[in-house]
Amino acid sequence: MTPTVDKPAESAPLRTVLLQHPLLRPVAALLVLLALDALLVPGFFRLEIKDGHLYGALVDILNRAAPLMLATLGMTLVIATRGIDISVGAVVALSGTVAAMLIGGTMVVNNGVPEYVANTPMATALLAALGVALLCGLWNGVLVAGIKLQPIVATLILMVAGRGLAQLLTDGQIVTVYYQPYFFLGSGYLLGLPFSLYVVAAVFIATMLLTKKTALGLFIQAVGINPVAARLAGLRTASLIIFVYVFCSTCAGLAGLLVTSNIKSADANNAGLLLELDAILAVTLGGTSLAGGKFSLAGSMIGALIIQTLTWTIYSLGVPPEVNMVVKALVVFVVCISQSGEFRQLLKRRAA
Amino acid sequence: MSAIVKGARGLSTAPWFTSLVTVVLLLAMLGIGGSAYPGFLSLQVMFNLLIDNAFLLVIAVGMGFVILSGGIDLSVGSVLALSTMVTAWLLQHAHWHPAAVILTVLLMGACFGGAMGFIIHAFKLQPFIVTLAGMFLARGLCYLISIESVTIDQPFFVAVSQTQVPLPGGFLSPGAIIALVVLLLAVWLAHFTAFGRAVYAIGGNEQSAAMMGLDVGATRIGVYALSGLCAALGGVLFSFYMLSGYGLHGQGTELDAIAAVVIGGTLLTGGYGYIAGALSGVLVLGAIQTLIAFDGTLSSWWTRIVIGSLLFVFCVVQRVMGGRMMGGQG
Repeated sequence: MTPTVDKPAESAPLRTVLLQHPLLRPVAALLVLLALDALLVPGFFRLEIKDGHLYGALVDILNRAAPLMLATLGMTLVIATRGIDISVGAVVALSGTVAAMLIGGTMVVNNGVPEYVANTPMATALLAALGVALLCGLWNGVLVAGIKLQPIVATLILMVAGRGLAQLLTDGQIVTVYYQPYFFLGSGYLLGLPFSLYVVAAVFIATMLLTKKTALGLFIQAVGINPVAARLAGLRTASLIIFVYVFCSTCAGLAGLLVTSNIKSADANNAGLLLELDAILAVTLGGTSLAGGKFSLAGSMIGALIIQTLTWTIYSLGVPPEVNMVVKALVVFVVCISQSGEFRQLLKRRAA
Repeated sequence: MSAIVKGARGLSTAPWFTSLVTVVLLLAMLGIGGSAYPGFLSLQVMFNLLIDNAFLLVIAVGMGFVILSGGIDLSVGSVLALSTMVTAWLLQHAHWHPAAVILTVLLMGACFGGAMGFIIHAFKLQPFIVTLAGMFLARGLCYLISIESVTIDQPFFVAVSQTQVPLPGGFLSPGAIIALVVLLLAVWLAHFTAFGRAVYAIGGNEQSAAMMGLDVGATRIGVYALSGLCAALGGVLFSFYMLSGYGLHGQGTELDAIAAVVIGGTLLTGGYGYIAGALSGVLVLGAIQTLIAFDGTLSSWWTRIVIGSLLFVFCVVQRVMGGRMMGGQG
């Protein structure tokens, strides 16, 4: 039993199936954006191989979208349970800071060759950073499911305090990492493609399997559609909700690792700033309703790509990047209004 | 007789209690500050709390109405920034008269908030996502005007920023006095007008309010317009205070305002609380900053952490008290 609803009948013609597919609108939006880029930016689709690595605008967009895609995956599940997590940016800053501070890097001269050695073994540091993120998620989850605070308020607390904690750890300074192997995570290449893409793909596939091949996806939808009914039906809603917040924060922690490794430093003040808004926007763009229930992980991924392509386009056109915010805001308004039931009724009345 | 019983029960309900806790907390903080640092307990330090946080008080008053009605407004910080930017631009580049500038900015803020309220009501969208988009929009519009900070050297604004209103024991700035007047007006609006009663009713139970014949749509649009107006006024006060317009002004102000309202004893679920609580909430936040500044050894990052912890404690207390109250009634 798969949790996808609205599956058109087998006998429906292919055209109707395609038109009714929930991914139609996000994919169309992405294609329009890409077509616009192809017209405006010369050589947009050109890919070339330099030093065995694939280079090009498309690869660049994918690589830069990696942290957002990770955060979006977690956010999708949280939103599917009628929740919201606005502490994602703070968790990115916190986990990145922990990793950067633990790894750091001291120069050691070996046989006349200077080498940087990590302060703590890299595996320990990465686990510690993810552990911190996991604890953040546990905190959020317990506040939402245990104390029953509204999700936006519960995560607001961590959003305010989490960044403060990260700033306290670094004293507001930027922590630079000198340890080479750590850079591979965010800027290394494997088989010609950026390594961060493999991380995203692994998390995506794992989440897909978890939600499609086990009952978890169905449970999450049930909680989102009607939490009381789900609990009465025997679902352990509290543990489910705690799980999605932990998952979301861990994804954000992983995103924090990618960000710090990509820029070779941790900036507690700016890392992941406003990432939560981008992630929420990506989820809505992907067709998941903010009212909870039905969710689409693939749609969210496409949503994240739309946002990154938009950002990339605005940068490459030489428009001040701040204009991006106006565009994003208008997109949110349009998408939310067009998703609302009132708007659809209005359309129906017009058509009738 | 039943009125007395009702009154007694009303006094012991959660919002009153948390408001009281806040006042006690404020007094305790002032006491600790006074015993630890000589010179802390002067009247001027208190006045400075008001002067430095005048804009936050005005914004928290607007936010108070929104939260009472059961909503949330995340756009106030960026509306503040947009207001400073528009003020600076109209004064410096368009050379408008200051009165016209201030009126235009206030009108703009009210329209911006009202438009968000309309979208929330007409399309039944969640307030936080609409105001989140409003937050992006206002911040982005700032940068469309200018990416740099615009300095204000218009004589009237400079004169206002340098005016000190003498009072026994020290002085206040005109901004702080405006903020206090706004607070008084808001208390009157919340507790002595039909609009205020409608806000409480909608926050308590929207369906019941609609069935009682209250105009839910108009009230909701009014609440968000009021919040936008307060944010714009906060922006004007901020430009008196900073003498500049900048797109980065007021970052995180929405969180401070929400924290001030919650710490002031308003229930986040709406329907319960006091607008006057915004004053004690803002003063607690200001006192935390002043204490950390007086200490000198604590880094300013502690401010965020302490505000976060306070927010946590108050939310949990509200939750626990709220649960008990519901149990008592049911």
